Amino acid sequence: MSIITAVSTWIIPCFILLVLLVATWRKIPAYELFVEGGKEGVKMAFSLLPFLVGMIVSISILRSSGALEAFINLISPLLTLIGIPPDIVPLALVRPISGNAALGMTTELIETHGPDSFIGRLASTMQGSTDTTLYILTVYFGAIGIRKMGYALKVGLLADIVGIIASIIVVSLVFG
Amino acid sequence: MVNIIWACMAIIGILYAMINGTMDQVNEAIFESADEAVSLTIGLISVLVFWLGIMKIAEEAGILRVLAKIFRPIIIKIFPEIPKDHPAMGYILSNITANIFGLGNAATPMGIKAMEQMKELNGGSDSASRSMITFLALNTSSLTLIPTTVIAIRMQFNSLSPTEIVGTTIIATTVSSICALLIDRFFYYKRLWRK
Repeated sequence: MSIITAVSTWIIPCFILLVLLVATWRKIPAYELFVEGGKEGVKMAFSLLPFLVGMIVSISILRSSGALEAFINLISPLLTLIGIPPDIVPLALVRPISGNAALGMTTELIETHGPDSFIGRLASTMQGSTDTTLYILTVYFGAIGIRKMGYALKVGLLADIVGIIASIIVVSLVFG
Repeated sequence: MVNIIWACMAIIGILYAMINGTMDQVNEAIFESADEAVSLTIGLISVLVFWLGIMKIAEEAGILRVLAKIFRPIIIKIFPEIPKDHPAMGYILSNITANIFGLGNAATPMGIKAMEQMKELNGGSDSASRSMITFLALNTSSLTLIPTTVIAIRMQFNSLSPTEIVGTTIIATTVSSICALLIDRFFYYKRLWRK
């Protein structure tokens, strides 16, 4: 593990070092290029802003009204029937929609059940093995102005379902 | 589809609040979350500016091209529509590498650049191309090798072995990424077949 942690802390500085060394060696105007690229970053962030505000507000209306919770409570028994632990259901449903909410739920689950409990391990695995589809869709397509998304959302959400099921199976097999 | 989902989330929320008397919370959430979205974007500016700056140098210095060349055999199978040695390949690779090492902050700007290149390849059209959707599928299934945030949370709550979930996370991620690619292929061929 310490090796992996070391790699993650070293990789960014080393990559920057490599880029700057190659640029200097090839006599490329590194600083000017940096500024030029950075300007694109500013533009990108601003074009992203309305997409994020729209999506996040809509999600939080759903969440704060209590409708999301009611929906989860409604379908929980059904999912328990097919062997999904009820405590994990809210996290599984929220993970693709809101990253912040999912992180909050994971923290809460780990706190109440303990990090080394079955639920704690399952929540940890689930949090780490899927990403917030709606956020990625909003940011990536929003930043470059894609309006017709085709079958992208379907693919993303189905992949989430697979990831959640995979987490449950793997954790049951390894720690069960 | 996104239009409908977006509108429905808000519509259902507001209607539900009318019936259940949670309008206060909804009203508060609207403005708080708009605020939250703006701070999120501002937080993104620093990362976007810095990484896009560095990546611009990397591109001009030919580093992205070298990266693309090394991993070409695998990436070409996953993204058959992107020409060999195209800078998009380099950005895709940088994004995947950053994701694998749990560097989400660095992954996002590279992912956006990759998308931009793919849009160019697609003639600047505003509809998602096949490669874009494949790339998106890869990203939503998350390619983390080390789930740093989760490990941090587990440490905070005194886990005896905070990193014991790394193995299960890697297996689950691998399964979901492979399935994501298969699902993506399935929908692509289904669409082709319909035409």
